[in-house]
Amino acid sequence: MRFAPTPDEPRLTPFPGGIRLPAHKEVSTQRPIAALPLLPLYVVPLRQHIGEPARPIVQAGDRVLRGQMIGRPEGYVSVGVHAPTSGRVLAVEPRPVPHPSGLADLCVVIEADGEDRAVEPTPLDWHVMDASSLRNRLREMGLAGLGGAVFPSFIKLNPGARRSIPILILNGAECEPWITCDDLLMRQRASEILLGAQIMRHMLGAQQVLVGIEDNKPQAIASMMEAAIGSDIRVVAVPSIYPAGGGKQLTYLLTGRETPAHGLTTDVGVQVFNVGTAYALYRAVVHGEPLTSRIVTVTGHVAAPGNFEVRLGTPIADLLAAAGGELTGATGRVIGGPMMGFELKDTAAPVTKAVNCVLVKDAVHFPPPPPALPCIRCGACARACPMRLSPHELYWYARHRDFGKTQALNLFDCIECGCCSYVCPSHIPLVDYYRFAKSEIWAREREKKAADEARARHEFRLQRLEREKQEKAERLAKKAAERLESGAVSAQDPDAERKRAILAAAIEKARKAKEGVQPRNVDDLPEAVRKEIASIDARRTGGNGADPTP
Amino acid sequence: MPTSPHIVLADNSVRAVMFKVLAALVPGVVVHAWMFGPAIWVSLLLTTLFCLVIEALVLAMRDLPLKPFLSDGSVLVTAWLLALSLPTLLPWWLYALGSLFAVLVAKHLYGGLGQNVFNPAMVGYAVLIVSFPAHMNLWPAPVGVAGHTPNLMEALDLVFAGQGAVSPDAYTAATPMDQLRAQVRTGLSAEAVAAASFGLHAKEALVLSYALGGLLLLAHRVITWHVPVAFLGALVATATLLHLIDPGRHADPLFHLLTGSTVLGAFFILTDPVSASTTPLGKLIYAGLAGVITVLIRSFGAYPDGVAFAVLLMNAAVPFIDAYTQPRVFGHSRGRRT
Repeated sequence: MRFAPTPDEPRLTPFPGGIRLPAHKEVSTQRPIAALPLLPLYVVPLRQHIGEPARPIVQAGDRVLRGQMIGRPEGYVSVGVHAPTSGRVLAVEPRPVPHPSGLADLCVVIEADGEDRAVEPTPLDWHVMDASSLRNRLREMGLAGLGGAVFPSFIKLNPGARRSIPILILNGAECEPWITCDDLLMRQRASEILLGAQIMRHMLGAQQVLVGIEDNKPQAIASMMEAAIGSDIRVVAVPSIYPAGGGKQLTYLLTGRETPAHGLTTDVGVQVFNVGTAYALYRAVVHGEPLTSRIVTVTGHVAAPGNFEVRLGTPIADLLAAAGGELTGATGRVIGGPMMGFELKDTAAPVTKAVNCVLVKDAVHFPPPPPALPCIRCGACARACPMRLSPHELYWYARHRDFGKTQALNLFDCIECGCCSYVCPSHIPLVDYYRFAKSEIWAREREKKAADEARARHEFRLQRLEREKQEKAERLAKKAAERLESGAVSAQDPDAERKRAILAAAIEKARKAKEGVQPRNVDDLPEAVRKEIASIDARRTGGNGADPTP
Repeated sequence: MPTSPHIVLADNSVRAVMFKVLAALVPGVVVHAWMFGPAIWVSLLLTTLFCLVIEALVLAMRDLPLKPFLSDGSVLVTAWLLALSLPTLLPWWLYALGSLFAVLVAKHLYGGLGQNVFNPAMVGYAVLIVSFPAHMNLWPAPVGVAGHTPNLMEALDLVFAGQGAVSPDAYTAATPMDQLRAQVRTGLSAEAVAAASFGLHAKEALVLSYALGGLLLLAHRVITWHVPVAFLGALVATATLLHLIDPGRHADPLFHLLTGSTVLGAFFILTDPVSASTTPLGKLIYAGLAGVITVLIRSFGAYPDGVAFAVLLMNAAVPFIDAYTQPRVFGHSRGRRT
């Protein structure tokens, strides 16, 4: 029975870099989680998780119940999608979704019938259930990480070849400013979260469960510690240094284990789940409810900021209305937090499993960034970088499109946390440069792959044509030889000499073909082009610095 | 379309960084005026004026906006560091020439703010000491040591008319460093000279005021500890070694610490972010070698002070140092080079 941290608490290992940010958490923590009234219309995207979108299994006109599966997981990395209420399917069509691209995506549009009838819940007997079928049920019930990355949970709950993962970390750090959905969830539903954690621990075979919460959430810490009494789950307050909630950062902070580059925390024996995911897992397993709602923070420049239990598919416009609507002077909306969130283009877009916060901006808290000045190499970015990268060097090479160099400087280790941009005295949008460099590199790799494939196809075709030609010539030569021998070309024939010559030529041609004497595909090119090719060939064989045309 | 992050650190800008540097220089300037007379105001004003005008002209020629670049404060830092490195009471055109080389050549010909390989103020200083060694050796002596300390009017007269009521002999004197050189050559021991050197108390006050400014920069996280610690540490270590080998020829480390522009260099010049190394290990190497080179130039070179040349030499080595001292990226094993 412990309330306060005791000396046997794990020692914190500070991760590199990081920044302290004004939290603005109090704006949305003034009242408990509120439910939204039932709405007339829900727009449920089929792609709410990382991986393959779910395949729609309803069509316009179908009647659905709350919790009924409307999208079946397709492929391995995928989870189910369920109706948020009972009603009628109006359409299965592309609609605006909350995504940085602003593009539309396939959604099931459901008109609520107001009765909110649910399918029969199917609680799972997780103690006795076979691990594989338990995971499969979670896949069907739509469980995906609610911290923002929405990776299918059933995959993360599979210890795989390792057989067990020794440490389970519940991520309650919530390091982004303004967002408080995990805070409120931990304050109000701590025991349920920890029950979810026990199920996770069972599935992973974990010996140790740690809960990491930033120390700017004392009420959540107290509530979770109280719920943990009697169990060996350790609730650990971590310093409020952004990005403590990053999976690799929190793992390092709590265990001192450094996740290898391009690896997963499971490589060092740690699995990390958001507290919201643990709660959703508890609802799914113990109450048999598929994932059809989540807690969303609505904060910033709205009349009544707070946290809401929101059905997935709720248009964000309706959610904003529930929070009293935007105040005059709102300058935009961010989905997620101010450090890593993206600008919402259309409030018709619905709440999905990935939407943890709708932040309405105003000119005071979110002034337009001052114009960028040249980099003065002050190194503030490098000191802030939690991955210990050299952001100023990456910027330099990204700006000059020297993408090879950006990769050598480990561009792809960048987690786009935004620390570097935040501290830059020159106000350079550094993260934008890294995104640009990454997408350019991806595009080039795609192009190169496509070109390689095209070349392979072309070479194969040439080979095939050549083989066919050779076979044909051989066939003809054989035939001609047979005719010659059989005396088909008789001495009496006046054309005999000519025919003999033709046949001999055919045999000669076949022999040449066999020897591999064949026209090159450059023979028909103009003189200038052939010269250029020759010079390139010369340069290639001549090695470095032998360029004849400087 | 705004992209993440949607917030930036408040009150943070190049201008804020540069003005913190200027503010940290104020104690040094005031003590300079107090110890060496008001002439520093004239040279400070002149370099400021020249640097600003040259910056504005070059910006106009390069079709760059005047306001953001003139107001970022970087050119003021260059001007002030140049003024504090040069003797006061030089003819005005030397200040103009120094400013020209600092701002036009060292800064803008290399691409402007953030692009200069060499510290602009040190380039200005180096050009003058190489080209006009006679002028650059006329250091006004501290108040009370010189026969006469020019007042503001006399200072203006000397700077602009080149002559005044007072002759240079009345207000200048060989610096402790020059004295040391001369005396060592004529056989007097370095220890005796250092002990008897005039004006070291004034130098001490000046050095302390620069150090105070440096601590302000550290406290405000404008600079990190690496450069001053490595530079002063290596300087003291090298000086101690030489002094132990031959105390008769080489001054003791305290003398090196308190004379020339050692402390100014440690906190304000070597720490110029643009021309310094940016990695933690790189900063130690960069500043440490600068400390060694400073003592070597002072002890064996032809020039009275070595800081400027040490800075410029190490500036040239920065791209190389940075390339080989990149920190180990999180999740990467140590020693794996990319």
